[in-house]
Amino acid sequence: MKKILAVDDSASMRQMVSFTLKKAGFDVTDAKDGSEALGIAKQGTFDAVISDVNMPIMDGITLIRELRALPEYKFTPMLMLTTESGLDKKSEGKAAGATGWIVKPFNPEQLLAVIKKVIR
Amino acid sequence: MSIDLSQFFEVFFEESFEGLDAMEAELLNLEPGDLDSETINTIFRAAHSIKGGSGTFGFNSVADFTHVLETLLDQIRNGERNLENIHVNLLLKSVDCLREMLGALQVEQEPDLTESNVLKAEFESILNISHGDAQESSSPINSKSLDTYQVDFKPLHHLFKTGNEPLYLFNELADLGECSVSSDLTDIPDIHDIEPDECYIAWTFFVETHENDTKIKEIFEWVEDDATIKITLCGGLFEDDEPTLEQDKIVEERNSEVEVEVTSVKEATSEKNKKPTKTIGESTSIRVGIDKVDSLINMVGELVITQAMLTQLGEGDMTENKQMALKEGLAQLAHNTRDLQESVMRIRMMPISFVFSRFPRLVRDISEKLGKEVELKLIGETTELDKTVMEKISDPMVHLVRNSLDHGLETPEHRIEAGKNPVGKVTLNAFHQGGNIVIEIMDDGNGLNTDKIKSKAIEKGLIEESASLTDDEVNDLIFLPGFSTADAVSDLSGRGVGMDVVKRNIHALNGSIDVTSERDKGSTFTIRLPLTLAILDGQLVTLGKHTYIVPLISIVESLQVDLKQINCVGGGVDVLRLREEYIPILRLFQIFNHTGAIEELDKGLLVIVESDNQKVGLLVDDLLAQQQVVIKSLEANYQKVDGVSGATILGDGRVSLIVDISGLIKLAGLKRAGSQKLAIDKSILESG
Repeated sequence: MKKILAVDDSASMRQMVSFTLKKAGFDVTDAKDGSEALGIAKQGTFDAVISDVNMPIMDGITLIRELRALPEYKFTPMLMLTTESGLDKKSEGKAAGATGWIVKPFNPEQLLAVIKKVIR
Repeated sequence: MSIDLSQFFEVFFEESFEGLDAMEAELLNLEPGDLDSETINTIFRAAHSIKGGSGTFGFNSVADFTHVLETLLDQIRNGERNLENIHVNLLLKSVDCLREMLGALQVEQEPDLTESNVLKAEFESILNISHGDAQESSSPINSKSLDTYQVDFKPLHHLFKTGNEPLYLFNELADLGECSVSSDLTDIPDIHDIEPDECYIAWTFFVETHENDTKIKEIFEWVEDDATIKITLCGGLFEDDEPTLEQDKIVEERNSEVEVEVTSVKEATSEKNKKPTKTIGESTSIRVGIDKVDSLINMVGELVITQAMLTQLGEGDMTENKQMALKEGLAQLAHNTRDLQESVMRIRMMPISFVFSRFPRLVRDISEKLGKEVELKLIGETTELDKTVMEKISDPMVHLVRNSLDHGLETPEHRIEAGKNPVGKVTLNAFHQGGNIVIEIMDDGNGLNTDKIKSKAIEKGLIEESASLTDDEVNDLIFLPGFSTADAVSDLSGRGVGMDVVKRNIHALNGSIDVTSERDKGSTFTIRLPLTLAILDGQLVTLGKHTYIVPLISIVESLQVDLKQINCVGGGVDVLRLREEYIPILRLFQIFNHTGAIEELDKGLLVIVESDNQKVGLLVDDLLAQQQVVIKSLEANYQKVDGVSGATILGDGRVSLIVDISGLIKLAGLKRAGSQKLAIDKSILESG
């Protein structure tokens, strides 16, 4: 089973993302901010990371940059969740090493449509 | 795959309300001009999360409204705009408005958009954008990415008749890039009603393409009038310079892979019919810290060990050594049980900051209205108390704080005249004392005016003109029903709810309230509450074979009566004359219809209890021990019984009823009028 690390500071979004991914047959671990995610990521390996951008303590772009710097996450697909108004964050995310992005708000089908592009 | 999003609503509402609380608290911390980037970022994040969540879960009115909030906050955060006081006020109003909107949505009602539209217009005028172009273009900025679009295509039934063949369109769409499709068959009618030349199916595509949405629109240009078409950007993959990312391989599999998911008509309709029914927006869930759950698990672990130990001791014959070990084990079990009980109780405990957090805003609003300058100090915010107690103490506290601001604190001019700091101070202090939580509400205003209170009380006939009272006794008069010293009924206090109501509410929680006051120095209201409503300090009393529990807090004294002190007044009620007071006597055995109890007044004991400023004497056989009892709801297990507030199980397994003093007093009034007897189902008493 492919393992996904889902990061969001909003509990409802975390639940929704985890639930959707679990239902689609992924093994999901979630974290509520970048720094917690980084800790979890270092302890295990994941096949993909999905992260919100604006979060307390450590934001999603910093998380992606930090993860990308680690050898075991050099090629791991990492998607960021961003709102339409935050599309300018895209270039920042790309520079940090994000694989792609998902537009917020999204529904479970849209989430899966993008995720299935990077992991099956 | 269909996922019911409504299962996430509760969490969404909970976190949104929390976010709004945080926003409010941070907004109140903000000093315009002096901007702390972390503070503004916290506010922004709260708005941002609510917008994201509401959009995701389909609460578009909230998402639209938060969008303008977020835009303004984003500009302030980026330093494009300075924070002004009008922004803070507007944002605070928006917090209120969002609370209302979310509150309505939580109970599945459409929110009223009047207020939010007004606020939205204000935001827009600040942001200087006209209504139309607030939307940002959804087309991607840089072309160097592989985007995924969702295309919802729902043709009108007559699509075929206009000569259109959807399959051609789909092939064209598939030419843009990798494409997947699912079809929605819910509109297909019964077989007898199907018209062969009508189109009943709707499709949802996910297409991954380098093109932008205009290209997709072009494909469907010819059928625009014959179908509803919605194109949404879902996300995308960066075309990175970095090599060997997995998506390159995937892109090669260009051939359109069609996944058809059939949702049966039946399932879809049943989905529509089931609408969750919810009545009031009362949250029944509770957030518990991990540490509390962990300690609970820890205790249960120990309990399991003890249980294993006792089981082992129970095997085989009993020896003296074993008996010793058994006793030890039982002591261990008692210890475990007590710890477990405490831990479980702690789960219901929440920090009082949940109530305190309302006050900065309240004080700000009220002091602005009154033209007073007020500094609010909160102490002991982490002090914990039971969730139910907390919910019920909030309103009385608001009332007391309003009173302090309105009547207690003077205007800045008066304060300067009196040689005080023009800024008045109100302090809320919470701490634990014994098994109680104590909440103090202090102000450094002019204190209670004892002369004024006294003359008012005399005027209202509450005390005799000749009565000589200490200052404390005079101050206590403000808790009497029908007492209000406000010369003019202002908008804030004196809306008919007096201190007597505050006192009654606190009494209903088995708590008490006192006031101390010093002229020109200020007043302090002290509320004492039990930590939990689940446990009560009780006095066990006997009545024939039965044991009843009287709440210790309402007992004034217990005494043996001399028949000379008893007078019989009209209506068959006996009255005890006790130190210039006449106290009506209630014979509990009569009220509860027991035989075998002591019926003569001088043979039994009289327990004097007080409730709602009314004292009564309860005739009982004897007093037993005082102990803490766990309250079990009678309503939940049996039915509501007048004069009884609940039940508990005694150490010997028998059920004992807890006497409801104010209920008894009401009941006694009833008895005099209609002479009804309360029959208690004996089975409850003897079932233990």
